[in-house]
Amino acid sequence: MAMTFNKIGDGEWKLNVCGYTCPHPQMYTKKALQKMEGGDVLILEFDNPSSGESILAMCEAEGNDLFDKQDLGGSFSWKIRKA
Amino acid sequence: MLGMQSANTPWLSKSNNRYAAGVVFFVIVCSIFALSMDPRFLYLLVYAWFGVVYGLLLQYGRFCMASAVRDLFAVKVPRMAVGMMIAVALYSVVATVVTLAGFSTFHPNALGWHIMIGGAIFGFGIVFTGGCASGSLYKAGEGNMSSMLVILAISFSQAIVVSASGWWDSMVPQSWVSSAAAKDMPSELSVTQGWFDIFTAGYVWDLKGTTTAELLGMGGTASGAVFANAFLTAILPVAVILLLLYKFYFRKGYVRRTGKTAMSMKDELAGLWAMCTSSKNTAIAGIGLGIFAGLHMYVTGALRDYYGILNFGDLLTAMGYQSGLSIQDTVFDPGYWYITTQEAQWGGWVLHQLGVENMGNIYFGLENGLPNPLLNAPGFMSIGIILGASVMALTRGEFKWKKPSVESAIFAVVGGTLMGIGARIGMGCNIGAFFATVTNGDPSGWIYLLGMVIGSYVGVKVFAWWMDWSAARNQSECAL
Repeated sequence: MAMTFNKIGDGEWKLNVCGYTCPHPQMYTKKALQKMEGGDVLILEFDNPSSGESILAMCEAEGNDLFDKQDLGGSFSWKIRKA
Repeated sequence: MLGMQSANTPWLSKSNNRYAAGVVFFVIVCSIFALSMDPRFLYLLVYAWFGVVYGLLLQYGRFCMASAVRDLFAVKVPRMAVGMMIAVALYSVVATVVTLAGFSTFHPNALGWHIMIGGAIFGFGIVFTGGCASGSLYKAGEGNMSSMLVILAISFSQAIVVSASGWWDSMVPQSWVSSAAAKDMPSELSVTQGWFDIFTAGYVWDLKGTTTAELLGMGGTASGAVFANAFLTAILPVAVILLLLYKFYFRKGYVRRTGKTAMSMKDELAGLWAMCTSSKNTAIAGIGLGIFAGLHMYVTGALRDYYGILNFGDLLTAMGYQSGLSIQDTVFDPGYWYITTQEAQWGGWVLHQLGVENMGNIYFGLENGLPNPLLNAPGFMSIGIILGASVMALTRGEFKWKKPSVESAIFAVVGGTLMGIGARIGMGCNIGAFFATVTNGDPSGWIYLLGMVIGSYVGVKVFAWWMDWSAARNQSECAL
């Protein structure tokens, strides 16, 4: 499945990188956040657990708020508010 | 929320947990079966069991050395680099104890430019595969089919590279051919044919491998093992690297989070500690891997002592299995955590069964043999990593059969092939040529890491270019 990145509402974006292994998910997440405005929310869907560790550290370092983490049994849906 | 369960739910009521228990049961039954055939299979099973432990820890800590170098450049995250340094420091301490006890199985690598070049090719490849050699094994245990492709690519690329001849031979200088020809080698090995044989006999064998203790004239002494090998070769470089990671990748975010305008020494030390513990899973895995990697060396060394052997080939011969042994009656048997050579043997064995004559080269014919995968002790360590990781992934609700995208599949095959080529030129992967070396006093591992860093840096640049190029091709409103 190819990566998808869509604006799904006012200040709300969705990035789906399921099927991608490192470093795609973290690099696509970084690029997606760069494209968004401060305060926008990114819904991130991925299924490569180790990317989650890098994205978590990336949010912490850059001050982005990872405010919701859903474990969907082998895949994940996270919500990140850009600082 | 899926993946969670209430405290009252029986553990085995979840299908994932039942599968995990099934994998453990499978390992136990296979172990009992092997021991019932011949108790001396214990030697092989030790590899398998340590592999299971490595797999459990690797998946628990999402511990992949590829991300240690790649994520620094790609997303400026030092998490895995920190975890790797913790593991190096602890492994070096345990390795010192093992050395002092007289059970070390370690041999230093020959030091030369090939180490850095191999590391660079390997480092470039891992950016595209999404995992290092052991990382690909544990991710395969998570059901990641892209990582399974990487393992196949590493296996077959190595097997082909070490036995390739013809136009490949034009890549090596004539002086190596002359040097190889001057070696007094058995006639069944044509060391002047096949570029890897010429490279090995005409170049690598003319180099010297050594430990820091031997370099400083302290070889064979306790102070050499403790001060030169553990402190100077592992712990001091680890401390310097941790300080650099803190200064350039962690401190800025830490200062912002704490809201301090001036940092005292106490604050800086608290920041360093926060960096080391920022991912507890990774730190715990680093500690566990460091300790178990050292213990592995101890147990294998003790078993060699018990059986009175120098190599598993001696034991296989005594047990009546002689097929696939090298002309020295040996097989690959490092005695510690290693990944790529046994994968090369898997690929080489399959090619051999298909009629390819690949026992006339140095790599398989003289040094490592081509045993049946069912008798390949380090091979069972790799299988153990996959099984251990699958147990951990299943119990954490993270196992999922993941079909790769076309892009990921192509990257897996191309990157895995580069990893295989790099591993053979550099005499191992990030485990055998880096992790196992610097922790045992062999400084060549730092040269390999430097090569990996350079290769990964270039790889990340190429990868970023690829992403931009892909985005430019897809000029929709929401393209990245």
